[in-house]
Amino acid sequence: MNERRAPVPSEGPADLADILERVLDKGIVIAGDIRVDLFDIELLTIRLRLIVVSVDKAKEMGIDWWESDPSLSSHARREELAEGAGADVGRLAARVAELEKRAGQEGSG
Amino acid sequence: MNPTHTRYLYAYAVVRASDAVAGALETVTGVADGPVRAVRHRELMVLAGPVPATDHDEQGLAEHLEDLDWLERTARAHQRVIGAAAAVAPSVLPLRLATVFHDEEGVRTMLGARHEQLLAALDRLDGRTEWGVKVHALGTGRPPGAAAAPREDTPRAAASGRDYLRRRAAERHAAREGARHEDDVARGIHTTLTALAQETRLHPPQNPRLSGQAGRNVLNAAYLVRREDGPRFTSAVARLAERAPRDGMRVDLTGPWAPYSFAGTDASPESP
Repeated sequence: MNERRAPVPSEGPADLADILERVLDKGIVIAGDIRVDLFDIELLTIRLRLIVVSVDKAKEMGIDWWESDPSLSSHARREELAEGAGADVGRLAARVAELEKRAGQEGSG
Repeated sequence: MNPTHTRYLYAYAVVRASDAVAGALETVTGVADGPVRAVRHRELMVLAGPVPATDHDEQGLAEHLEDLDWLERTARAHQRVIGAAAAVAPSVLPLRLATVFHDEEGVRTMLGARHEQLLAALDRLDGRTEWGVKVHALGTGRPPGAAAAPREDTPRAAASGRDYLRRRAAERHAAREGARHEDDVARGIHTTLTALAQETRLHPPQNPRLSGQAGRNVLNAAYLVRREDGPRFTSAVARLAERAPRDGMRVDLTGPWAPYSFAGTDASPESP
């Protein structure tokens, strides 16, 4: 029996959101010879939208159940993220708002 | 000097040096339709492939990364190589997208500088894979015992402003109760799966516009699971997925992934 061929109850290949979430946000960060700051990439505010949504909007959206559960290991990380990235998130939230406005104008045009 | 023919090295992952792994990756197509080869240094090797320098220098990357089609192609190629490596190597450290070196010398310098740290991370992840589980609340479930907004025998047309407000308040209450129930179910699913995993990470909820998924993403988690526990884990997810519609939820499983969410070598260990 091949243990790697476990039954997968969900849909087939991972969708783009799952892949981007991992290749942009996870994995080890190693400085290569070419310096590219993914935070400076406008398109990647797609990625930052995820963060902005999680930190700024999660409570508003009612997604905060883990906050009340101190045993959940990611709580501290989330706090760290919120604090460490505070300035960035503020800057990027403004950027996202601007992009959304622009997208809205394009969409309605 | 002809810059259009210059090649840089796009790095995908760090693995323990292995002829078998290097050989298996020879048939895989990487970023920019390029081949994948191994750059070795002591006990480690980086899976990397040549890419056109003009597209992968600072300016080229900055421009291309603004192009969603390019980003998607590159992200999928990146994951394809890492997935192929994870299928043959006992332990894989995925690198973040767009890690580019000038040449093999640069790769070896990096491997030398971070040798101990990378080896320790590979040891920690040995024989483990990542599974992704997402739970969406579809807004159709109703908490047990919490009936829908109480219906009074008020003719709709004659409903007074006070009736309207009362009905709105009841609806809001029901929605709050529903959301609480959904959160409880999500928490229960996470607790069940955590018991089968070595480590877990909770990720931010996905942007529905990007994921295209209907409903409220109430759980987006990654579980680091021993390979031999994989069938047990996926069976557990299947059982939860089967039960979820009764609570107005949907459970999706992705994986097995290389341990992207657990590869951070700088993070302090969270495992108990």
